[in-house]
Amino acid sequence: MNMLVCVKQVPDTTEIKIDPVKNTLIREGVPSILNPFDGYALEAAARIKDKNPDSTITVISMGPEQAKAVLKEALAIAADKAYLVSSREFGGSDTLCTSYILSEAIKEIEKKDGKFDIIFCGKQAIDGDTAQVGPEIAEHLDYPQVTYGLEASVEDRLVKVKKETEDGAVIVGIQTPCVLTFTKPSFDPRYPTIKRKMAANRANIPVLAFTDLPDINPEKIGLKHSPTHVKKTFVPQKKTGGIKIQEETAEDSVKKLFAMLSDAHVL
Amino acid sequence: MVNKTKDFWVFVETNEDGTAKNVGIELLSPGRELADAQGGKLVAVVIGSGVDAAVEAAGTHGADQVIVVDSEEYKQYTTDAYTIALTALVEKYGPLSMMLGATNNGRDLGPRVACRLETGLTADCTALAIDEATGKVAWTRPAFGGNLMATILCPEHYPQIGTVRPGVFKKGEETENKAEIIREEIHVEAEKIRTQILEILKDMDEEKVDLENADIIVSGGRGVGGPEGFAPVRELAKVLGATVGASRAAVDSGWISHAHQVGQTGKTVAPKLYIACGISGAIQHQAGMSGSDCIVAINKDPEAPIFDIADYGIVGNLFEVLPILTEEIQKARA
Repeated sequence: MNMLVCVKQVPDTTEIKIDPVKNTLIREGVPSILNPFDGYALEAAARIKDKNPDSTITVISMGPEQAKAVLKEALAIAADKAYLVSSREFGGSDTLCTSYILSEAIKEIEKKDGKFDIIFCGKQAIDGDTAQVGPEIAEHLDYPQVTYGLEASVEDRLVKVKKETEDGAVIVGIQTPCVLTFTKPSFDPRYPTIKRKMAANRANIPVLAFTDLPDINPEKIGLKHSPTHVKKTFVPQKKTGGIKIQEETAEDSVKKLFAMLSDAHVL
Repeated sequence: MVNKTKDFWVFVETNEDGTAKNVGIELLSPGRELADAQGGKLVAVVIGSGVDAAVEAAGTHGADQVIVVDSEEYKQYTTDAYTIALTALVEKYGPLSMMLGATNNGRDLGPRVACRLETGLTADCTALAIDEATGKVAWTRPAFGGNLMATILCPEHYPQIGTVRPGVFKKGEETENKAEIIREEIHVEAEKIRTQILEILKDMDEEKVDLENADIIVSGGRGVGGPEGFAPVRELAKVLGATVGASRAAVDSGWISHAHQVGQTGKTVAPKLYIACGISGAIQHQAGMSGSDCIVAINKDPEAPIFDIADYGIVGNLFEVLPILTEEIQKARA
């Protein structure tokens, strides 16, 4: 299997704090991490490679030079090759433009490395949370898709994906080439070994810039050609706390709560 | 593409039995206001197999028109068939704007359709308005794990599309059904549907976890201390007829499966009553449940952020509080 995993470098949103005076996001000092859902996608690809050792895993990321850090992390965990897609012309792209640029970069890589059988993405990135880039890459390439994947396996070119649904899970069969997006599985992704980490640190990561993509349509990329625009951002208003009950005993607290919930017709 | 009408569309997702999913009907409430503000009709789009119940529900909840595609190949949701059908309808009728519920299927279908139509999509909206300066839909959504809200416009592409989280809007009252029904025949050849459901695994952990449609949710967090700590949480859920939820801390510790997780990396819920037990209330958890009508928190730590958003909170040990609360409710209902 020739597999591609799309990854994104994101700020660790659990570390983001609000400036209580200015009411803005404090982004300084917030660590950049591999988007966790992309880590699950990489693990799903690695598990296929465990069973099919002649497989190749390539990782790709679009972002600034610093995003090479997450590509190196992916190399250390399981990937064999990495590419960074980076250019000033790509700046400000919304999901439609980003997915178009990535799909063009994928086609360009395929000219050298051969067709990818499966393209893996995280369900969504934890900074934007849009869950759009995976399905939109699939659409640009005219590939079928399965979203909300938990695990995947390959049997005679048929890919079987365990997909999370609102009331459980289903097994979906999908032909290659295809795009799969992954959510959080019940198992933990593997950690890199020291040996792989050292090799990844030395890895030379090629950059694909605007000029390296001869077939790309400049009218379909960047801030100017993105259909959606951010009009404004604001910090959400905090709901003010309600009634806090702290009586002498748990019995008294519960009695008070129960009376209040009954009065409010909640119970 | 160019819009041909000023209509506002709501995609009403259906269940396999032909009934409408709640979120589709919920969206008809804000859809009514937005359609009026745009100066167009409110149109419900129903795709499925044997969907008369969903068509009727759309009509009695304010749709001026219902466009129906009813055929066997839509019985189960598939990305390919639904994308083909919905794209064909948009191309034929040219609405100005369209909303879908941000369910698993809505978030699968929305980007696929938006990309095929080469237009913009705003995901997981929690507030909608018409932008005064431009007359476009102002789609407001959380980002950065709920730390920031962003208002997005799609000024020059049509239709303007958004997905909206379930439970953000309330179902309107039923009214007289005045909807004009338009039936469209769109068929998709079998070979164009490139995925197939091979197996349905309904009960992954032997209890149904339908958090999105639950009226009451009782959730446990780090404070329950272990898998056995969920026992009093489950007991309370049982007497309330509630669904059991969990915070990321409890799921990551392996105490309960991910299907129960509420929050940014889990489900977004909006029940009538949400009882958070031993949950500190990180912003990522709040992002998934702050839309609940009534929030009750039980936590030992009086400084826990969950108390900032709770309507009622008990500062106390959940292992003491929950059994007493369960008993009180049992007594009251006996």
